[in-house]
Amino acid sequence: MAEEKKEFWRWTESNWKSPDINWNDAKYMTVGIDVGSVSSQAVIMADGKVMAYGNMRTGSDSPNSARNALKFALEAIGDMPEDRMDYCIGTGYGRVNVPFADRSITEIACHARGANFIYGPQVRTVLDVGGQDIKAIQCDEKGKVTNFLMNDKCAAGTGRGMEVFSDLLGVPIQEVGDRSFEFKGEEPAAVSSTCVVYAKSEATGLLRKGWTKEEVLAAYCKAMAERIYSLVERVGVKAEFAVTGGMAKNRGVMDRVMPFVGLERMKTEWDTQIAGAAGAALFGFALCKKGKGRKK
Amino acid sequence: MLANYGYKDASGDFFITIDTDKCDGCGNCVPACPVGVFEVLDEDPNDPMRDEPVAVVSGEKKKKLKYECNPCKPDSDRPALPCVAACGEGAISHSW
Ligand code: SF4
Ligand code: SF4
Repeated sequence: MAEEKKEFWRWTESNWKSPDINWNDAKYMTVGIDVGSVSSQAVIMADGKVMAYGNMRTGSDSPNSARNALKFALEAIGDMPEDRMDYCIGTGYGRVNVPFADRSITEIACHARGANFIYGPQVRTVLDVGGQDIKAIQCDEKGKVTNFLMNDKCAAGTGRGMEVFSDLLGVPIQEVGDRSFEFKGEEPAAVSSTCVVYAKSEATGLLRKGWTKEEVLAAYCKAMAERIYSLVERVGVKAEFAVTGGMAKNRGVMDRVMPFVGLERMKTEWDTQIAGAAGAALFGFALCKKGKGRKK
Repeated sequence: MLANYGYKDASGDFFITIDTDKCDGCGNCVPACPVGVFEVLDEDPNDPMRDEPVAVVSGEKKKKLKYECNPCKPDSDRPALPCVAACGEGAISHSW
């Protein structure tokens, strides 16, 4: 438990296997690989049901990260040969660098499809805050995208921005969420910019003025929440609202985003970080069913 | 689908929206834009189950739209934008 807490939005390396599914019984085994800037996931599905997954840190190169995530998922199953796989789809930031994938699909399409799977068909708005980008997506009851926006121009409001900031304050990333609420009196106003460069100098100034680290964190989390919401707002909010990706695990930011949204965010038993890879595996299954799988 | 390409920064919102339900992939927008913002792909990258061509804002351009579009957007008396005028389906819109 303590181990799990350490990781927070930087996610826990883990793999998992369903006790109920036997790959011998499946018609189509499909794989989705999501190579992000911080973490990589592989989801293995048997006829559209999650059989196993692996969730790891992204290493210095995408092809190896993809391979390692798949290996990790296969290890959870134990006895399935790699060539039992009928179709493999790569997605995410490093999607074109998954050497063994049959094709790649954008993370927009995969996150919407994956959120529909892990949260259920009521999801209409999906927010994904990754290591280097923010995605706001609206989708229909089938998980098909109807409206989307992806901001990957700068690190403002992303996981990377948060990392830089926790470094500056010397607060471990896993404590940021809770500590950002440990201030006395009224919640400090947001820092005026989430631009990493400006926010850094602003924070240094506030510390010099006698603000506590917690107050500075609160002000930065608030600014991130405002930035994230301003992007969500452009796409629009429709109930139900779901959050995927690493930032889903940072309450310092998410608990400040949700009052703007004006809805409760949906809950799930699944790891929110597998959404993209799960969506990719589901597209693989859909393509196989349509007879568009791999030519054997 | 409304595909919003672009970004938001301290100076404003810079998004080009392509309505993929209206876009028929005709490609008129591609030569109409002087700086090559658009390209037409054989299938929608954000809707893999649909097999029809569609226009997208190309990868490198979407991070600097404010600058790319600047010549088309004088401060006063803005003429019709070439891309918007070229699209008979009314699929293209700009946020700024
Ligand atoms: S406004 Fe001009 S530069 Fe911008 S996309 Fe349209 S045609 Fe191209
Ligand atoms: S001109 Fe309009 S309809 Fe034709 S490809 Fe461009 S956006 Fe699509």
